Amino acid sequence: MGTVVSFDVPDWVSRDCGGGVVLDRVRQWLHWVDVTFSPYRDDSDVSRFGRGAIPLAECAPELAEVLAACADVSALSGGYFTTRPGGRFDPSGYVKGWAIERAAAMLTAAGSAGHSVNGGGDIQCVGDRGSGQPWRVGIADPLRPGSLALVVTGQDFAVATSGIAERGAHIVNPHTGRPAAGLASLTVVGARLAATDAYATAAFAMGPAARDWVESLDGYEAFAVTPGGQVWQTSGFRAYLASAAGTSSSGDWPAS
Amino acid sequence: MRRVILAVTGTIAGLVALLSFKSHDPTTPVAATSGTGGGSSTSSSSSSSSTTVPGEFQSVAGTLTTGETTITGKVASTVYGPVQIELVVKNHKIVKVAVLEQPTNTIHDIQIGEFAFPKLISETLAAQDAKVDAVSGASYTSAGYISSLQSAVDHGL
Repeated sequence: MGTVVSFDVPDWVSRDCGGGVVLDRVRQWLHWVDVTFSPYRDDSDVSRFGRGAIPLAECAPELAEVLAACADVSALSGGYFTTRPGGRFDPSGYVKGWAIERAAAMLTAAGSAGHSVNGGGDIQCVGDRGSGQPWRVGIADPLRPGSLALVVTGQDFAVATSGIAERGAHIVNPHTGRPAAGLASLTVVGARLAATDAYATAAFAMGPAARDWVESLDGYEAFAVTPGGQVWQTSGFRAYLASAAGTSSSGDWPAS
Repeated sequence: MRRVILAVTGTIAGLVALLSFKSHDPTTPVAATSGTGGGSSTSSSSSSSSTTVPGEFQSVAGTLTTGETTITGKVASTVYGPVQIELVVKNHKIVKVAVLEQPTNTIHDIQIGEFAFPKLISETLAAQDAKVDAVSGASYTSAGYISSLQSAVDHGL
């Protein structure tokens, strides 16, 4: 199964003369990440390293960078983040957000002051969407397919959601080996997507304990929906809430 | 602002990159084609020996009310088979999404048809209603759905 990456970019970026080249580089980057990090390709560095066919030193140097970052998240989360979610080596839980964050950074480096990159529902927003208007990102309601739980809004932020709704109960609690079941979905908002996405994965695996954990992290906020339909959010999350307009169901929810 | 879609598939077939553009500008001229299910172009399907049965997937072109037009997306090739989406548009707004073609080779494919596609369709409509730029946590189960939907949007919105 692939991932769709969607970009909202200023008009000039999409024009052939200047931006087409930028987007082509971004496309090549995502292609390279797929070739190098896909656990579904037998010849990827991740697969070869995972089965012991090659040492880390012979892999792309970015793999060492990813492994170090994964180790940091694992330590910070008390082991709720793992590079072996299904028993075999698979750092995808970090790579996806990292690759998208990098793609957004490539656009910034090329001169774009406002764009967003959406990789299958994990989103990095840079600057604003034009004319000073903030980005608006809907959070899917895991219990009401097709509905949004609420809308977060802002500039220069990342949003990642982990949940049972995405592809079934696919996030495993590394401490039990069983699918995490304490929450229906958990959204983390932060500045940059690589860490934000990894924290969302770890926090979802924690279940209800995620609230205190995210509360302890500087610069990150969380919103969660329980299997029974209750919701909670960390104390600073309200800063991201869109003012009423456009949200259908966020008004009645507790502020903390 | 324009929207660009890149689809990366982690399969042996390698990368499928789709570039398409959608303007946020509501004044973008409509270039709708009257949809008959033919699609503006086709791409090679990776379905191998098994057959893809085009179940109950029918164009809704015959059931339109005043002011509605249909836009047919390109056939998007996925590892599971071809996917094609049709939009019904009225006043620059999507009012209905129909799946013209989807894989039905396996039980998993059929489950996607019964569960994931309706979910994706309703999420498409919800996202539009809330005027959001993106949806986090959405079940982007099918790159094909997104690809074909985007090509339909590009033609008509």
